[in-house]
Amino acid sequence: MKAGLKKYRWFLLILLIDLLLAANSPAQGRLIWGHTFDVFVQMLSVLPPIFLILGLLDAWIPRETVIRHLGEESGVKGLGLSFVLGAAAAGPLYAAFPIAAMMANKGVKYRNIIVFLGAWSTMKIPMFLFELTSLGSRFAIARLLLNIPGILFIAWLVDRAVGEEEKGSFYRRHRQGI
Amino acid sequence: MVWSSARDARKTRAALVKAWNSFANIMPDFAVVLGLIGIMLTYLSPNVVAVIIGKASGLGGMVLASIVGSVTLIPGFVAFPLAASLLKQGAGVMQIAVFVSTLMMVGIVTAPLETKYFGRRETIIRNSSSFIFSFIVAAVIGVIAG
Repeated sequence: MKAGLKKYRWFLLILLIDLLLAANSPAQGRLIWGHTFDVFVQMLSVLPPIFLILGLLDAWIPRETVIRHLGEESGVKGLGLSFVLGAAAAGPLYAAFPIAAMMANKGVKYRNIIVFLGAWSTMKIPMFLFELTSLGSRFAIARLLLNIPGILFIAWLVDRAVGEEEKGSFYRRHRQGI
Repeated sequence: MVWSSARDARKTRAALVKAWNSFANIMPDFAVVLGLIGIMLTYLSPNVVAVIIGKASGLGGMVLASIVGSVTLIPGFVAFPLAASLLKQGAGVMQIAVFVSTLMMVGIVTAPLETKYFGRRETIIRNSSSFIFSFIVAAVIGVIAG
């Protein structure tokens, strides 16, 4: 119980802040409660299926297969596949984090994981189609075409600037799998 | 799931236990981020965002729009129509572009979670370079679609 409370201490702090804000303005307090409830419901509809699928993929997909397609020696094909995996997704960015953890566990090259994260954040195909209809083809296509070199550059930069030490601890942290 | 259980029940059970453990393990961090999102949505609702971005102009307006985009977390199916209606009402295309780009690529509220998974340096470098990149995107879109 005590350990449980300790794990949730930051969340409890936020609840305390929520209460103070609610005491200050009950109307806004109700809004905060409503929004927080909504995002929890949304999270509970997104994350459990992802963890379930990750658990099964983790058990059934051999590390060697993943390394061959996305590992250190995967080259341009690995980069392309990372873009496709990120862009084919649907869901908020936080859902990509546990997937990235499994990629690390399966030996995916660091740069490819960051490309996957970048593509997930801003190149999702369903979102692109929606952007196309709301903001027009020039806007959406220009952004899509810029994002490809942009994400490659950001991944290159992150790959270079994050030291071997942090990269090593990233891979070690996720060695247990998801 | 059914296929997996049929092929190897023990392996499937181990996979489920592992999935549950990692879910329970990361929940405290998720709860913090979701709590922050709850507060953020209240004070930076789409209406408030519309008022801030709708009036933004010039380079100062771009900076303002980029900060709002970095802090807020609005799903695309709300953000794109919002951006479109702001454009119709006369908002600048560069301000809207930098808002859309930072909204999707930069996550201040999710940064604690990203740090938990990736580490501090990755989080800082990915988010800050995405922030700067969004200005490049906005400048190019300003020329092409402006």
